Amino acid sequence: MTAAEPLLEVTDLVVEYPIKGFGRKPFRALKGVSIDVKPGECVGLVGESGSGKTTLGRAVLGLAPVTEGSVKFKGREIGTISRRERRELSEDIQVVFQDPYTSLNPSLTIEQTLAEPLRVKNVSAADARKRVRTLLDQVGLPADAAQRLPREFSGGQRQRIAIARALALEPALIVCDEPVSALDLSTQARVLDLFKDIQEATGVAYLFVSHDLAVVRHLSHRVAVMYHGEIVEYGDGDKVTSDPEHPYTQRLLMAAPVADPDRQAQRRADRARMLEAQREADLQAGAA
Amino acid sequence: MSQSADVTLEVAENVGRRSHLARRMLKNPTGLFAIIVIALLILMAAFAPLLTSQDPDYADIRNILASPSAEHLLGTDSAGRDVWARLVFATRYSLLGAALATFLAAIIGVTSGLIAGYYGRWFESVSAWLTSLVMALPGLVVLLAARAVIGPTLWGAMAIFGVLLAPAFYRLTQAAVMGVRNELYVDAARVAGVKDPSIIGRHILTVVRAPVIIQAAIVTLIAIAIQAGLGFIGMSDPTIPTWGGMLNDAFTKMYQQPLLLVWPASIIALASVAFALFANALRDELERSAKPKKAKSKTKAAVNAEGAPAEVHAETEAAPRDLLLEVDGLVVGYDQPDGSLTQVVNGVSLTVRKGEVHGLIGESGSGKTQTAFSILGLLPEGGRVAAGSIVFDGDELTGKSVKQMRKIQGKRISYVPQEPMSNLDPSFTIGSQLVEPMRETLGISGKEAKARALDLLAKVGLPDPEKTFRSYPHQVSGGQAQRVLIAGAISCEPDLIIADEPTTALDVTVQADILDLLRGLQQELGVAVLLVTHNFGVVADLCDRVSVMQKGRIVETGPARSIFAGPRHAYTQSLFDAILEDGAARGSLSHSSDRHVNAGGAK
Repeated sequence: MTAAEPLLEVTDLVVEYPIKGFGRKPFRALKGVSIDVKPGECVGLVGESGSGKTTLGRAVLGLAPVTEGSVKFKGREIGTISRRERRELSEDIQVVFQDPYTSLNPSLTIEQTLAEPLRVKNVSAADARKRVRTLLDQVGLPADAAQRLPREFSGGQRQRIAIARALALEPALIVCDEPVSALDLSTQARVLDLFKDIQEATGVAYLFVSHDLAVVRHLSHRVAVMYHGEIVEYGDGDKVTSDPEHPYTQRLLMAAPVADPDRQAQRRADRARMLEAQREADLQAGAA
Repeated sequence: MSQSADVTLEVAENVGRRSHLARRMLKNPTGLFAIIVIALLILMAAFAPLLTSQDPDYADIRNILASPSAEHLLGTDSAGRDVWARLVFATRYSLLGAALATFLAAIIGVTSGLIAGYYGRWFESVSAWLTSLVMALPGLVVLLAARAVIGPTLWGAMAIFGVLLAPAFYRLTQAAVMGVRNELYVDAARVAGVKDPSIIGRHILTVVRAPVIIQAAIVTLIAIAIQAGLGFIGMSDPTIPTWGGMLNDAFTKMYQQPLLLVWPASIIALASVAFALFANALRDELERSAKPKKAKSKTKAAVNAEGAPAEVHAETEAAPRDLLLEVDGLVVGYDQPDGSLTQVVNGVSLTVRKGEVHGLIGESGSGKTQTAFSILGLLPEGGRVAAGSIVFDGDELTGKSVKQMRKIQGKRISYVPQEPMSNLDPSFTIGSQLVEPMRETLGISGKEAKARALDLLAKVGLPDPEKTFRSYPHQVSGGQAQRVLIAGAISCEPDLIIADEPTTALDVTVQADILDLLRGLQQELGVAVLLVTHNFGVVADLCDRVSVMQKGRIVETGPARSIFAGPRHAYTQSLFDAILEDGAARGSLSHSSDRHVNAGGAK
């Protein structure tokens, strides 16, 4: 049993955003969060709006301020490094955002967008062009896509381009912030399969942020559930998404409607019973 | 999910946006005129010595105020200097002066605007303060004061004026940069390791380029006008010919040689008009690229409503209820500039019975929202029902006027939207937004309407109806806002509610509560619901019958249970296959290293 060293290790992370106005208390988006990602692993981060799941992803990317705690990548502290050091990390940590419409600059061709991270690393123009071809092929887009503008592509195709951009520097970790939420059902399934195939082919690790328990279950080896800036449950993906322990995860699981009228009627009844039981438990906890 | 936007994804030829814009400017008659005039003026300034053999400063006092002749093309002025030569050289100095002011203003304004917009923090506060200070200064007074100190120099005056005009560029740039600073592609470039100057140059400067050019044209125009004004009141630089100086000189000799006034006045007017038109034309072209042209031709395009018939599942109910809504062969299209019709709904037929919930399911661009909007009579601009009929309770809705539809909207057919927050007016309380429509459609008093609104708010499960009634939309959560809109939708006891993705924008736990509420109200009131959604779970939860839409057509329709048990159309089957809910989990990476922790207990 060779438990791999974690690639990413977040310990007691606190992120606070200042609120405008003199003497106001800052807003605490993350309240001491700990999570780790191993090489080649997909860790799903699930939660509802305002749970802090996106903030955690942004903190790992250096796009959110680390107030307390540590973010370690390959054993090295990256939570408080300078902008210059952060730029060097681009070879290791990459990102795929939620909105495929605003994550690509509308006035740059696909080739210009994909070559941008390569050019920063002083890859020659000819090599960059070759690499762009390979990347487009890897995400299942035709080679002639390189000379076109983002507006010529559908949402699913744009998300493939964003994935290609993330893969350009062969990173060890990709933070995926709700990458399939804006996509149609059938497109979503295909893009998720692409994520899976790429992981199996390249061994890249994912920190996969989503609000959808089913999406996270499909792709993640381990799952963390966030609620009000804290991780309330963290463990094996199958277990957390099918037989959760924490009351919030239970509520989350029971809230998603099933695509079957009879089973949904059953789930509805189960949910009502569960909510009643949780309410009683809360009352007793309050009385005790 | 605006479906009109992704109706057709045209593959445009690969042309850069910039060259495209330049070409369009040349095609625009106003733009072309402005560009020609500006180009001529610049050529005149550049080749001034070639255009005249006379020295603009040579004063021939024996030949003052001469009329135009072969030797003096436009005659001579009060000191006997050649007017044409002075005009040509004045163009050079006046334009250079204006260019200096514009250049300085642009450099200072754009640079500080980029820095303030991109980094913000203290730099922004300081620049905002300085900007306000500079803008509060009366420009002409500052220029006159400066003249007293530094003397009558054109360059000095224009440099100072440039600094005074910098805030115009600063405000523009800073606002534009603030707008794109948080765009995801800027974040992506940052994560990709791109340095800040490159990000600003590549991703941000492109956004402000066109507005800065427009602003520069306007600032040049103002500089020319101010220069002429200063010259006219005798404050110009006496050592060089300028348009304003010529105007001043001509004005003093207006009675002896009125023709002298014509030349500088015309050229100042021409230059001002050209710069103003240039700015206007550029702005017009930029705006035009943002939205498609409106239809010009009124000819009716051919309608195509043919296609494979839908898979129809047999009715399972023993005694079907009466029909409430009957849509037959509905075609919805958008008129194109060339007179053709882009169809988004291609012959949809569906029926909603009294008191049933009918689910209309499909992916983006399938035409499901367009179908719902055409029943409501609320198609976006440019869209129209091109063929087919919509019969609601025996009443044909297509062809009804806006006024006639208003009697049905809200009262007999109501609407629950997808985005609850954007469907409440932020400047009115929730109470007033509920009361107004009720007074209008039900004709009841304000007091009655308020009592009724409070009842409704309690009915949709809001814990404190009084407080919600007094609240503004921003004071309630998204789920509560959707409850308020549902209260509004049932307030006039409609026969049909059209709910367009009513839970899509909500969190999943809130969605479950709203679904429970909708089901409860529907059963209690016996109202029919047409539920537009993309989520099969929502359909399974609420709907009695389902219609599956693809590419503007209904491909499969029938009782919900029957379709869930055995989808027949290949498209419906592919949608079912894409559902992840029942899929297998990925499993763990290596079982030995995982353990299940309940972090909630650990903290």
